[in-house]
Amino acid sequence: MTAKVVTITSGKGGVGKTTATANIGAALAAVGHPTVCIDADIGLRNLDVVMGLENRIVYDLVDVIEGRCKLRQAMIKDKRVADLYLIPAAQTRDKTSVSPQDMIRLCDELRSHCAWIIIDSPAGIERGFRNAIAPADLVLIITNPEISAVRDADRIIGLIEAEGKGPGKLIINRVKPEMVKRGDMLGEDDILDVLAIELIGLVPEDDRVITAANQGTPVALDDGSRSGSAFRDIARRLDGEDVPFPPLDGQVGLLERIARLVRPGGE
Amino acid sequence: MSLRDRLFGRERRSAQTARKRLQLVLIHDRAGLSPGTLDALKDDLVAAISRHVDIDASGVHVTLRSDRDKQRLVADIPLAPSRERRRELG
Repeated sequence: MTAKVVTITSGKGGVGKTTATANIGAALAAVGHPTVCIDADIGLRNLDVVMGLENRIVYDLVDVIEGRCKLRQAMIKDKRVADLYLIPAAQTRDKTSVSPQDMIRLCDELRSHCAWIIIDSPAGIERGFRNAIAPADLVLIITNPEISAVRDADRIIGLIEAEGKGPGKLIINRVKPEMVKRGDMLGEDDILDVLAIELIGLVPEDDRVITAANQGTPVALDDGSRSGSAFRDIARRLDGEDVPFPPLDGQVGLLERIARLVRPGGE
Repeated sequence: MSLRDRLFGRERRSAQTARKRLQLVLIHDRAGLSPGTLDALKDDLVAAISRHVDIDASGVHVTLRSDRDKQRLVADIPLAPSRERRRELG
Protein backbone atom coordinates (compact mmCIF):
# COMPACT_ATOMS: atom_id res chain seq x y z
CA MET A 1 0.00 0.00 0.00
CA THR A 2 1.29 3.47 -0.86
CA ALA A 3 -0.87 6.24 0.46
CA LYS A 4 -1.78 9.32 -1.49
CA VAL A 5 -1.40 12.51 0.56
CA VAL A 6 -4.19 15.06 0.15
CA THR A 7 -4.02 18.44 1.91
CA ILE A 8 -7.15 20.51 2.44
CA THR A 9 -6.52 24.23 2.65
CA SER A 10 -8.28 27.55 2.07
CA GLY A 11 -6.40 30.67 3.13
CA LYS A 12 -9.48 32.10 4.78
CA GLY A 13 -10.59 30.63 8.09
CA GLY A 14 -14.01 29.22 8.77
CA VAL A 15 -14.86 27.97 5.30
CA GLY A 16 -14.94 24.27 6.24
CA LYS A 17 -11.43 22.79 6.08
CA THR A 18 -11.83 20.71 9.22
CA THR A 19 -15.34 19.56 8.34
CA ALA A 20 -14.15 18.56 4.86
CA THR A 21 -11.12 16.69 6.25
CA ALA A 22 -13.22 14.72 8.74
CA ASN A 23 -15.87 13.88 6.17
CA ILE A 24 -13.67 13.00 3.22
CA GLY A 25 -11.54 10.87 5.56
CA ALA A 26 -14.61 9.11 6.94
CA ALA A 27 -16.08 8.57 3.46
CA LEU A 28 -12.84 7.02 2.17
CA ALA A 29 -12.46 4.75 5.21
CA ALA A 30 -16.15 3.77 5.11
CA VAL A 31 -15.65 2.14 1.72
CA GLY A 32 -12.65 0.21 2.97
CA HIS A 33 -9.63 2.44 2.30
CA PRO A 34 -7.37 2.69 5.35
CA THR A 35 -7.18 6.44 5.98
CA VAL A 36 -5.24 8.65 8.38
CA CYS A 37 -6.40 12.22 9.03
CA ILE A 38 -3.74 14.59 10.33
CA ASP A 39 -4.57 17.84 12.11
CA ALA A 40 -1.77 20.22 11.09
CA ASP A 41 -3.25 23.18 12.92
CA ILE A 42 -0.75 23.16 15.80
CA GLY A 43 -2.02 25.20 18.75
CA LEU A 44 -5.61 25.34 17.48
CA ARG A 45 -6.58 21.67 17.48
CA ASN A 46 -10.11 21.01 16.22
CA LEU A 47 -10.24 17.94 14.01
CA ASP A 48 -10.39 15.77 17.15
CA VAL A 49 -13.71 17.27 18.30
CA VAL A 50 -15.27 17.21 14.82
CA MET A 51 -14.40 13.50 14.62
CA GLY A 52 -15.55 12.92 18.21
CA LEU A 53 -12.18 11.59 19.37
CA GLU A 54 -11.13 14.34 21.78
CA ASN A 55 -11.28 12.07 24.83
CA ARG A 56 -8.88 9.51 23.41
CA ILE A 57 -5.87 11.71 22.82
CA VAL A 58 -2.69 10.64 24.56
CA TYR A 59 0.03 11.63 22.10
CA ASP A 60 -0.01 14.19 19.30
CA LEU A 61 1.76 15.21 16.10
CA VAL A 62 4.56 17.09 17.89
CA ASP A 63 5.16 14.10 20.21
CA VAL A 64 5.78 11.93 17.13
CA ILE A 65 8.03 14.50 15.48
CA GLU A 66 10.07 15.05 18.64
CA GLY A 67 10.39 11.31 19.22
CA ARG A 68 8.41 11.05 22.48
CA CYS A 69 6.23 8.28 21.05
CA LYS A 70 5.97 5.86 18.15
CA LEU A 71 3.89 6.92 15.16
CA ARG A 72 1.47 4.09 15.89
CA GLN A 73 0.86 5.39 19.44
CA ALA A 74 -0.30 8.80 18.17
CA MET A 75 -2.78 7.26 15.71
CA ILE A 76 -6.22 7.30 17.35
CA LYS A 77 -8.60 4.70 16.00
CA ASP A 78 -12.04 6.01 15.07
CA LYS A 79 -15.03 4.86 17.12
CA ARG A 80 -17.32 3.99 14.24
CA VAL A 81 -15.33 3.45 11.08
CA ALA A 82 -12.75 0.69 10.97
CA ASP A 83 -9.56 1.76 9.16
CA LEU A 84 -9.99 5.45 10.07
CA TYR A 85 -7.31 7.10 12.22
CA LEU A 86 -6.55 10.56 13.52
CA ILE A 87 -3.20 12.09 14.38
CA PRO A 88 -4.18 15.12 16.47
CA ALA A 89 -2.38 18.44 16.56
CA ALA A 90 -0.57 19.58 19.69
CA GLN A 91 -2.64 22.12 21.57
CA THR A 92 0.03 23.73 23.71
CA ARG A 93 2.71 24.32 21.09
CA ASP A 94 2.93 26.57 18.03
CA LYS A 95 3.54 26.11 14.32
CA THR A 96 7.29 26.49 14.63
CA SER A 97 7.51 23.13 16.48
CA VAL A 98 7.05 21.45 13.08
CA SER A 99 8.95 21.99 9.83
CA PRO A 100 7.91 21.09 6.26
CA GLN A 101 10.66 18.41 6.30
CA ASP A 102 9.16 16.91 9.48
CA MET A 103 5.79 16.60 7.74
CA ILE A 104 7.34 14.98 4.67
CA ARG A 105 9.24 12.48 6.85
CA LEU A 106 6.12 11.65 8.89
CA CYS A 107 3.97 11.08 5.81
CA ASP A 108 6.65 8.97 4.16
CA GLU A 109 6.65 6.73 7.22
CA LEU A 110 2.84 6.50 7.10
CA ARG A 111 2.51 5.89 3.39
CA SER A 112 3.13 2.15 3.52
CA HIS A 113 0.49 1.67 6.24
CA CYS A 114 -2.58 3.22 4.63
CA ALA A 115 -4.24 4.20 1.35
CA TRP A 116 -5.01 7.85 2.08
CA ILE A 117 -3.54 10.57 4.27
CA ILE A 118 -5.78 13.62 4.59
CA ILE A 119 -4.17 16.73 6.13
CA ASP A 120 -6.22 19.54 7.66
CA SER A 121 -4.28 22.75 7.03
CA PRO A 122 -4.46 25.79 9.30
CA ALA A 123 -5.84 29.04 7.87
CA GLY A 124 -3.36 31.60 6.65
CA ILE A 125 -0.37 31.47 4.32
CA GLU A 126 2.43 31.19 6.85
CA ARG A 127 4.47 28.34 8.33
CA GLY A 128 1.49 26.15 9.23
CA PHE A 129 0.19 26.26 5.67
CA ARG A 130 3.64 25.44 4.29
CA ASN A 131 3.94 22.51 6.71
CA ALA A 132 0.57 21.18 5.59
CA ILE A 133 1.21 21.31 1.85
CA ALA A 134 4.85 20.09 1.94
CA PRO A 135 4.01 16.35 1.82
CA ALA A 136 0.92 16.73 -0.43
CA ASP A 137 0.47 14.80 -3.66
CA LEU A 138 -2.73 16.76 -4.23
CA VAL A 139 -4.03 19.98 -2.68
CA LEU A 140 -7.74 20.61 -2.35
CA ILE A 141 -8.68 24.26 -1.97
CA ILE A 142 -11.96 24.86 -0.21
CA THR A 143 -13.97 28.06 -0.53
CA ASN A 144 -17.45 29.47 0.13
CA PRO A 145 -19.51 31.36 -2.47
CA GLU A 146 -18.43 34.72 -1.01
CA ILE A 147 -16.07 37.33 -2.44
CA SER A 148 -13.68 37.23 0.52
CA ALA A 149 -13.30 33.44 0.49
CA VAL A 150 -12.90 33.25 -3.30
CA ARG A 151 -10.30 36.01 -3.22
CA ASP A 152 -8.26 34.10 -0.63
CA ALA A 153 -8.67 30.89 -2.65
CA ASP A 154 -7.18 32.68 -5.66
CA ARG A 155 -4.16 33.69 -3.60
CA ILE A 156 -3.73 30.14 -2.28
CA ILE A 157 -3.96 28.69 -5.79
CA GLY A 158 -1.09 31.00 -6.80
CA LEU A 159 1.02 30.00 -3.78
CA ILE A 160 0.42 26.30 -4.39
CA GLU A 161 1.57 26.67 -7.97
CA ALA A 162 4.65 28.59 -6.84
CA GLU A 163 5.49 25.70 -4.47
CA GLY A 164 5.19 23.22 -7.33
CA LYS A 165 2.11 21.61 -5.76
CA GLY A 166 -0.39 22.70 -8.42
CA PRO A 167 -2.79 22.43 -9.98
CA GLY A 168 -5.05 21.86 -7.03
CA LYS A 169 -8.73 21.05 -7.15
CA LEU A 170 -11.59 23.12 -5.76
CA ILE A 171 -14.36 22.39 -3.27
CA ILE A 172 -17.15 24.95 -3.06
CA ASN A 173 -18.72 24.58 0.37
CA ARG A 174 -21.93 25.93 1.93
CA VAL A 175 -23.75 26.65 -1.31
CA LYS A 176 -27.36 27.72 -0.85
CA PRO A 177 -29.10 26.57 -4.04
CA GLU A 178 -32.15 28.77 -3.37
CA MET A 179 -29.98 31.90 -3.19
CA VAL A 180 -27.97 30.96 -6.28
CA LYS A 181 -31.22 30.38 -8.15
CA ARG A 182 -32.60 33.79 -7.32
CA GLY A 183 -29.33 35.49 -8.17
CA ASP A 184 -28.22 36.40 -4.68
CA MET A 185 -25.23 34.07 -4.34
CA LEU A 186 -22.24 33.37 -6.56
CA GLY A 187 -22.80 30.13 -8.43
CA GLU A 188 -20.20 27.48 -9.27
CA ASP A 189 -19.85 28.86 -12.82
CA ASP A 190 -19.04 32.36 -11.54
CA ILE A 191 -16.37 30.98 -9.21
CA LEU A 192 -14.82 28.51 -11.68
CA ASP A 193 -14.74 31.25 -14.29
CA VAL A 194 -12.46 33.49 -12.23
CA LEU A 195 -10.38 30.78 -10.53
CA ALA A 196 -9.81 28.58 -13.61
CA ILE A 197 -9.37 25.38 -11.58
CA GLU A 198 -10.95 21.93 -11.67
CA LEU A 199 -13.96 21.40 -9.42
CA ILE A 200 -13.96 18.27 -7.24
CA GLY A 201 -16.81 19.06 -4.85
CA LEU A 202 -19.96 21.11 -4.56
CA VAL A 203 -21.32 20.94 -1.02
CA PRO A 204 -24.69 22.45 -0.17
CA GLU A 205 -25.31 24.28 3.09
CA ASP A 206 -26.72 21.79 5.54
CA ASP A 207 -27.83 22.15 9.17
CA ARG A 208 -26.84 18.55 9.71
CA VAL A 209 -23.16 19.53 9.53
CA ILE A 210 -23.72 21.38 12.80
CA THR A 211 -25.77 18.68 14.49
CA ALA A 212 -23.23 16.07 13.35
CA ALA A 213 -20.36 18.15 14.73
CA ASN A 214 -22.30 18.54 18.00
CA GLN A 215 -22.27 14.79 18.29
CA GLY A 216 -18.81 14.22 16.88
CA THR A 217 -20.09 12.09 13.99
CA PRO A 218 -19.02 13.00 10.45
CA VAL A 219 -22.06 13.89 8.33
CA ALA A 220 -20.63 11.73 5.52
CA LEU A 221 -21.78 8.69 7.51
CA ASP A 222 -25.38 9.99 7.43
CA ASP A 223 -27.06 8.53 4.34
CA GLY A 224 -29.90 11.03 4.40
CA SER A 225 -27.82 14.20 4.49
CA ARG A 226 -27.29 16.25 1.32
CA SER A 227 -23.88 17.54 2.38
CA GLY A 228 -22.87 14.04 3.47
CA SER A 229 -23.68 12.77 0.01
CA ALA A 230 -21.59 15.60 -1.52
CA PHE A 231 -18.61 14.62 0.68
CA ARG A 232 -19.01 10.95 -0.31
CA ASP A 233 -18.96 12.06 -3.96
CA ILE A 234 -15.67 13.92 -3.36
CA ALA A 235 -14.15 10.74 -1.88
CA ARG A 236 -15.24 8.74 -4.93
CA ARG A 237 -13.79 11.36 -7.30
CA LEU A 238 -10.48 11.27 -5.38
CA ASP A 239 -10.50 7.53 -5.86
CA GLY A 240 -10.67 8.06 -9.62
CA GLU A 241 -14.36 7.46 -10.16
CA ASP A 242 -16.17 9.69 -12.63
CA VAL A 243 -19.04 10.96 -10.50
CA PRO A 244 -21.31 13.53 -12.15
CA PHE A 245 -22.27 16.60 -10.12
CA PRO A 246 -25.92 16.22 -9.17
CA PRO A 247 -27.89 19.42 -9.86
CA LEU A 248 -28.29 21.45 -6.68
CA ASP A 249 -32.02 21.68 -6.34
CA GLY A 250 -33.34 24.95 -4.99
CA GLN A 251 -36.72 23.41 -4.31
CA VAL A 252 -37.28 21.89 -0.94
CA GLY A 253 -38.95 18.54 -1.42
CA LEU A 254 -42.25 17.74 0.24
CA LEU A 255 -40.74 14.98 2.37
CA GLU A 256 -37.92 17.19 3.58
CA ARG A 257 -40.40 19.98 4.36
CA ILE A 258 -42.45 17.61 6.51
CA ALA A 259 -39.28 16.31 8.14
CA ARG A 260 -38.27 19.87 8.98
CA LEU A 261 -41.67 20.52 10.58
CA VAL A 262 -41.35 17.44 12.71
CA ARG A 263 -37.69 18.00 13.59
CA PRO A 264 -36.96 21.72 13.52
CA GLY A 265 -33.29 21.14 14.37
CA GLY A 266 -32.83 19.33 11.09
CA GLU A 267 -31.25 16.47 12.99
CA MET B 1 -35.31 45.35 -2.38
CA SER B 2 -39.03 46.04 -2.78
CA LEU B 3 -41.26 43.92 -4.95
CA ARG B 4 -41.74 46.86 -7.31
CA ASP B 5 -37.99 47.29 -7.77
CA ARG B 6 -37.71 43.61 -8.37
CA LEU B 7 -40.49 43.59 -10.98
CA PHE B 8 -38.99 46.50 -12.86
CA GLY B 9 -35.45 45.16 -12.46
CA ARG B 10 -34.28 48.48 -11.00
CA GLU B 11 -31.74 46.94 -8.69
CA ARG B 12 -29.10 44.46 -9.75
CA ARG B 13 -29.20 41.10 -8.00
CA SER B 14 -26.43 40.93 -5.46
CA ALA B 15 -24.67 37.96 -7.10
CA GLN B 16 -24.09 40.10 -10.18
CA THR B 17 -22.55 42.84 -8.03
CA ALA B 18 -20.43 40.20 -6.27
CA ARG B 19 -19.22 38.85 -9.62
CA LYS B 20 -18.13 42.32 -10.84
CA ARG B 21 -16.42 43.21 -7.55
CA LEU B 22 -14.68 39.83 -7.39
CA GLN B 23 -13.35 40.17 -10.93
CA LEU B 24 -11.98 43.62 -10.19
CA VAL B 25 -10.39 42.68 -6.88
CA LEU B 26 -8.71 39.62 -8.44
CA ILE B 27 -7.33 41.66 -11.33
CA HIS B 28 -5.63 43.98 -8.82
CA ASP B 29 -4.51 41.14 -6.51
CA ARG B 30 -2.95 39.13 -9.31
CA ALA B 31 -1.09 42.11 -10.71
CA GLY B 32 0.06 43.16 -7.24
CA LEU B 33 -1.21 46.67 -8.03
CA SER B 34 -3.75 48.24 -5.70
CA PRO B 35 -6.10 50.92 -7.02
CA GLY B 36 -4.08 53.48 -5.00
CA THR B 37 -0.79 52.41 -6.62
CA LEU B 38 -2.46 52.62 -9.98
CA ASP B 39 -3.44 56.25 -9.25
CA ALA B 40 0.15 57.08 -8.27
CA LEU B 41 1.35 55.39 -11.46
CA LYS B 42 -1.08 57.48 -13.45
CA ASP B 43 0.25 60.72 -11.92
CA ASP B 44 3.85 59.70 -12.72
CA LEU B 45 2.84 58.77 -16.23
CA VAL B 46 1.13 62.10 -16.80
CA ALA B 47 4.21 63.96 -15.50
CA ALA B 48 6.64 61.93 -17.64
CA ILE B 49 4.66 62.17 -20.85
CA SER B 50 3.89 65.88 -20.35
CA ARG B 51 7.63 66.57 -20.57
CA HIS B 52 7.56 65.42 -24.19
CA VAL B 53 4.10 66.14 -25.50
CA ASP B 54 1.03 68.12 -24.50
CA ILE B 55 -1.64 65.83 -23.15
CA ASP B 56 -5.12 66.30 -21.82
CA ALA B 57 -4.31 65.24 -18.22
CA SER B 58 -7.95 65.15 -17.11
CA GLY B 59 -8.80 62.53 -19.72
CA VAL B 60 -6.04 60.05 -18.79
CA HIS B 61 -7.24 56.58 -17.77
CA VAL B 62 -4.92 53.86 -16.49
CA THR B 63 -6.63 50.51 -15.94
CA LEU B 64 -5.80 46.85 -15.51
CA ARG B 65 -7.40 44.42 -17.87
CA SER B 66 -7.43 40.69 -17.75
CA ASP B 67 -7.65 38.40 -20.76
CA ARG B 68 -7.68 34.63 -20.37
CA ASP B 69 -4.21 34.35 -18.88
CA LYS B 70 -2.53 37.71 -19.45
CA GLN B 71 -2.82 40.81 -17.32
CA ARG B 72 -2.59 44.04 -19.22
CA LEU B 73 -1.92 47.55 -18.02
CA VAL B 74 -3.83 49.85 -20.36
CA ALA B 75 -3.20 53.58 -20.48
CA ASP B 76 -5.50 55.77 -22.50
CA ILE B 77 -3.79 59.15 -22.89
CA PRO B 78 -5.58 61.75 -25.00
CA LEU B 79 -3.26 64.37 -26.55
CA ALA B 80 -4.12 68.01 -26.17
CA PRO B 81 -5.17 69.41 -29.55
CA SER B 82 -1.96 70.83 -31.07
CA ARG B 83 -1.70 74.59 -31.67
CA GLU B 84 -0.96 74.10 -35.36
CA ARG B 85 -4.01 71.96 -35.88
CA ARG B 86 -6.14 74.32 -33.83
CA ARG B 87 -5.03 77.15 -36.10
CA GLU B 88 -5.86 75.10 -39.20
CA LEU B 89 -9.28 74.25 -37.87
CA GLY B 90 -9.90 77.82 -36.81
